[in-house]
This record gives sequence, C-alpha cells and structure tokens, in this order.
Amino acid sequence: MKLTLTFLLGGLTLAAMPFALAQSGSMLLPVAAEADSAISIQSVGSGKAILYVVGPGQVLRRNVQLGETTFFGPGELYNAGHYVAVLVGDSSTESGGFDVIAAQPATLSFLAKPSRLPVDLPDGISGVVYVFDKFQNLVLAPTPVSFQLSGLADTAGTRTAVTRNGVAWTKMNSAAKEGAVQFVARVGDAVGTRVIQQVPGDPCHLRMSAKPLGQRLAVETEPVRDCRGNALPDGTIVTFTETYDGGASTVDVPIKRGIAQTDMPAYGGAKISVAMGVFVGNEIRWGNER
Amino acid sequence: MKKSLVIVCPLLAAIFALASDQPAVRVEPTGSVGPRPLEKQTEAAVIRDYLQAWSSLGNAFEQNRADLLDQDFTGSAREKLAGTIREQIKLGMSTRYRASAHDLQLVFYSPEGLSIQLVDTVECDVQILDGEKALTTQHVRARYVAVLTPTEVQWKVRVFQAEPN
Repeated sequence: MKLTLTFLLGGLTLAAMPFALAQSGSMLLPVAAEADSAISIQSVGSGKAILYVVGPGQVLRRNVQLGETTFFGPGELYNAGHYVAVLVGDSSTESGGFDVIAAQPATLSFLAKPSRLPVDLPDGISGVVYVFDKFQNLVLAPTPVSFQLSGLADTAGTRTAVTRNGVAWTKMNSAAKEGAVQFVARVGDAVGTRVIQQVPGDPCHLRMSAKPLGQRLAVETEPVRDCRGNALPDGTIVTFTETYDGGASTVDVPIKRGIAQTDMPAYGGAKISVAMGVFVGNEIRWGNER
Repeated sequence: MKKSLVIVCPLLAAIFALASDQPAVRVEPTGSVGPRPLEKQTEAAVIRDYLQAWSSLGNAFEQNRADLLDQDFTGSAREKLAGTIREQIKLGMSTRYRASAHDLQLVFYSPEGLSIQLVDTVECDVQILDGEKALTTQHVRARYVAVLTPTEVQWKVRVFQAEPN
C-alpha cells in the first residue's frame, strides 16, 4: 500500500514538474528545477547504485535501485546553483548536470541612503533592493520592485524598477516639508521599510535686529527658515560678530524656538554681523563712531 | 647558445604556466555599472578578491575545512558553503573545484558603495571523491552571479550563486 502511494505521489510530482528533462547516459535529469519544487531523477538498468548530487550549495547521496525514479521532495534540494549528478553502479558510472533556480521572491535586502538629508534635494534618496527567495537564493529572474516614499503630504512618490541579476535600484527626491518619511520597497508580499529623516535645508535669509539693553546691546534674529518655510531646528548655531576699533568679539548662539538671541557690548560705531556657517545675514552699524 | 635559449624560454614559460595552475582570467570592459562610477582601483581590488575567493573555495572543499572560507566569504554565501562542507564531512566525501577560466564582468555598483555585483562565466573541472575514491571528474561551464561587500581591508563574497547558462 505504502509502495503504491509512493509511486502515485511520485508520478504526480513528476507530472507537475514544469521543467524539461535531459537524458544523460542512463539518467534522466531535470534541466532546471525550482528550489521549492520536487525533483526526480530517472535511471535505467537494474541492480543497486549510489546517486550523488553535488554542488557548492549542497551535497546529497542516496542508495538507489537502477531503473527506478529517485525523488527529492520540495525543499530538499533548496540552494540554487549548478549541480553534478553522479550515478555509480557496480559496473558503470554516469554523470550529468542540472540547475536549481531560486523560488518565488520572499525577502528583500533593502538598503536606503541616507538616513537623514535636507528637504527638496533632487535624487537625494537612493534605494537598492536585492530580492531573495525563502531559502536566501538570489532571485535572478527579472522582477518588478515598487519603491514608495510616504508619510508626508507631498511625498506620495512611487517608482518601479525591474531587477537585473537580482538587484533593482532607484533614486528619489526628498520632499519640500521636513519630517520623517517611510521609504518602502515591495515585491509582492515581501516588504522592506526604512525611515528617512528630512531636515530643513540652508536658511533662505538671515536677518537680525538690535536694541539697547542697559549698557549692552540685545541682538535677535527673525525666525530662521529655509526657502521652503521650514524652521531650522533648535540647536543650530548662529554666529554674531561685533567689530569695533580694530577689535572683534564673536558669540555662537544656538537657535531656540526658531530664533537666536544674545547680548553684546554696545560700542558706538560697532559693526555687528550675523552668519550661519557660510551663509551670511545682514549687518548693523550701532550708534555714533567715537 | 643564444638559439637554444630562445627555444628553451617558451618551453619554460609553458611549463611554468601549466605548473602554476592559474586560471585564465578575462575581464569584460566595464561600461555603466549603475548609479555609482567605478574607479579602476576598486575594479582591480574586487576582481583580485573574487578570484582569491575561488581559490579559498577550492581548498576548503578539497580539505573539508569551512574555516578556509572565512577570509573571503561572508553572510549567506559563507553559511551555505560551510553547510555543504559539513554535509561532505558527514558523508565522507570531498570535492575538487579547479577553475580553468573566468570571464568576468562587473555589472552593478550600489550608490552608497556598499555592494558590488559581478557575473562570471567560469570553466571548471569538478572532481567528486567518496572517501579516497574519485568517482568522476566533470567539466562544468556555469555562469556565476556574485555580490561582494567591503570589509575593513578587502571585498568579501556575500552572495555566490550559479544560474543556468
């Protein structure tokens, strides 16, 4: 009964195999088989033999009866690659080759760069996806990969790239608005998600004002924003420089609640300037020259 | 005397070429490799490390020593190859991979420089041994796809997979 069932199942498996078979001496080998599918190797003759299936990905050995079909169940030969099959009988040795190819896509190796970038940067975000099956075989058949940026109102961007040799890549623009966006790569049910922080770009303008504060001078910037209106984050350093009578003093101040403020000595005729890195703002000349 | 030297030199060269057992390596001209330009120096380093990986693979499979893979393989490629060596040990088998020719082409360099992909049409002889007994030697021509990633001092093979020609 058990034997009948084995033959029945074996016959069904063989019938379901989508790949062609190739004759190699006294063996009938699959030309290519999917990693997740059953594989059968048919031999001719009579007597006992040993069947070896050898590749860098796997090695199998089976005692077989010549003239019968040897079955490898789904997932038994699961590493994609080229295999050599050797059938060693009492009086002869036959060998041939066949390939195992990756099964359906199941996991993605998704690399997104950078994790933090300024807003409004064309092609600033890059994504690379390697597509693997559930056995960690690279899926080499061309496969469409969908890349999507989402999470902010103006970031509903989607692109599709088809894999070549198992890899697909894209470049996308960062959004105009600051904040965290999700960068999602998808192949069927396989999804990879990365979070990308978009931060304000360089300031669009930098203006300050000054007013007396007792014997000193209070200086304060207007709210510091980039050209898309995003406020620069608190902690960004603004530099105030005061020059007078050949002397100079400099104060570095972090932005707090959108503005930077400090106080400086009130020298008549002093020149006060403001800058953020290499971006220079306006300049004020204070009072009368001594 | 001079004449005999002229005759001897090519002979010696041929003998050394045979004795060195080095595969013939051909590198296809690298056109566009995707989003990142490939410097000649990087290309040379990748090819050198990939060929070294083949040499390590041959030694590891012949001696059944997975530790010989550590220098040149990483990630799933190393795990899979080491798994095969464990199977070989369990079955009392070994395999000799002798590559005679590599036809290489670099096909993808990722934008951040963290992975590089090449395809290699390799000609090699695969000898299968059960214990001490050599069962067969097959000449194989296969197209390998490899993905290499940089480590501190070299490129290591992370994906190593043959596909139907």
